[in-house]
Amino acid sequence: MSTNDDKAKEKAVAETENHPGHSEDKKGKGSGGSILLFFLVGIIASLLVGWVVFPKLLYSQKKQPINFNHAFHVETVDEGCASCHFFREDGSFSGVPKLAQCTGCHEEAQGEDPEEIKFVTQYVEKGREVPWLVCSRQPNCVFFSHAAHVELAKMECVTCHGPIGESTHSKIYEENRITGVSRDIWGRNIAGIKRNSWDRMKMEDCAECHAEAAAKEVSELEGPMEGFFNNAVKIAFPKSLSGRKTSVQTQNEACFVCHK
Amino acid sequence: MKNEQAKKYGMVIDLDKCTGCGACMVACMAENNVPFKKDETNKLDSITWMRVFQLTNGKSFPETDICYIPRPCMHCEGEHGHSPCVSVCPATATDYSQQTGIVSQIYTRCFGCRYCMAACPYHARYFNWWDPVWPNGMEKYLNPNVSPRMRGVVEKCSFCFHRYQRAMEKAFLEGRRELEEEEYQTACTQACPAGAIVFGDLNNEKHKIHQIVNPDPAHRGRPKNPKAFRLLERLGTNPKVYYLSSREWVRRAGDNYLPHEGSGKGH
Repeated sequence: MSTNDDKAKEKAVAETENHPGHSEDKKGKGSGGSILLFFLVGIIASLLVGWVVFPKLLYSQKKQPINFNHAFHVETVDEGCASCHFFREDGSFSGVPKLAQCTGCHEEAQGEDPEEIKFVTQYVEKGREVPWLVCSRQPNCVFFSHAAHVELAKMECVTCHGPIGESTHSKIYEENRITGVSRDIWGRNIAGIKRNSWDRMKMEDCAECHAEAAAKEVSELEGPMEGFFNNAVKIAFPKSLSGRKTSVQTQNEACFVCHK
Repeated sequence: MKNEQAKKYGMVIDLDKCTGCGACMVACMAENNVPFKKDETNKLDSITWMRVFQLTNGKSFPETDICYIPRPCMHCEGEHGHSPCVSVCPATATDYSQQTGIVSQIYTRCFGCRYCMAACPYHARYFNWWDPVWPNGMEKYLNPNVSPRMRGVVEKCSFCFHRYQRAMEKAFLEGRRELEEEEYQTACTQACPAGAIVFGDLNNEKHKIHQIVNPDPAHRGRPKNPKAFRLLERLGTNPKVYYLSSREWVRRAGDNYLPHEGSGKGH
């Protein structure tokens, strides 16, 4: 900041030196302009620091061990995402495939692709798991049930994960240096602006969708008159059964539904 | 969720069967990533979600008798539908779920004021005075379904809620929305070699706990079983952990009674 301030001052000084007579005539107006300039330069410098320099400092950049081509694999397999990212019998979600799933096809290199050859020689032949960096990994305190969303609510993978199946290269994994959490959770946009449902994976984003779903459910179940009546009851008698209260403080199943 | 009867998970511990072996405490610590220190002798700063206490009848040799009493979080329902800790929490870190009857504790939400610890009459809540330090390599053995806590937050027994979450996931995958009794059991229940702990839904008449305790809805869940009692019944905390004992002095030890007072069952 101070260097920018100095620059602004220097600029102002330079202007007065170039037009000495001029500045004396309009002394009041000239100083007003330099103050304005001072603030403008300050604002621009602050924005640059906040939007460009700060994210660079906050996030470290790491490359995936193997450059993975999602688009190619989705074309080859039969069951879309679920071919590799499947549910285990106990209801848990397998997430990133283990080496065992890959070796089904990649016992030996099938093509000339240097990334595949690297994968086979360094991981398959040595029996080492690939240390994939998981962009969508939530912090420790979060419990997310894929079964509830994919099986019960029939949601598409794209809704939260975006069109990752169409990507031909692994993107750079960016990790928050303070929290150790992937940048995909906060979102690429440092100001927190989102355009698509998959741009961020913060608690607000879960809550947004859930609030919409709850509102939809109510409007589908109840006619306008009934809905109006039930809303009135909810407001007048919040503890009554029709209030759909699921917990005392938050009305959200005591937060334990998504936290662990 | 619609068309579902609200659950009220509870526990009944048979003190006649409890040998005080402490297997429940060990199972609990391992299951829930409870931090420990090299020296755990100072019980004021050690953490045990499940704690076995020893009671004695205070009499000398021929009549002397002891009883071990395991104490998890009681998950109180109270008079107004929640526990004393929920009403004092200024951070909304702890809450009472009407779906399961479980008192939650959200560690990332807690800022460590410890009001809840002061409010809890059962001393079931513990404060993390330090960040957990695991012996070398032990972090690989931590339970991935329970988040480890950090310094400066309160923690307590959650009735192994993560097991409920995992059981529900399996149910969803199989197209169900209801759990079988054996699908959701706490770690202490399964670890008890004497089979003294029974866990289940107090609202479900098919569950063993309902049959044993026979809670009286007209008297805030007070047990109809004459052998059963709850700790500090008269405080009105309406706990969901019940105890069974055939011994009168053990049942009396569950609350503070004056010498001239009767059995303390209060029926």
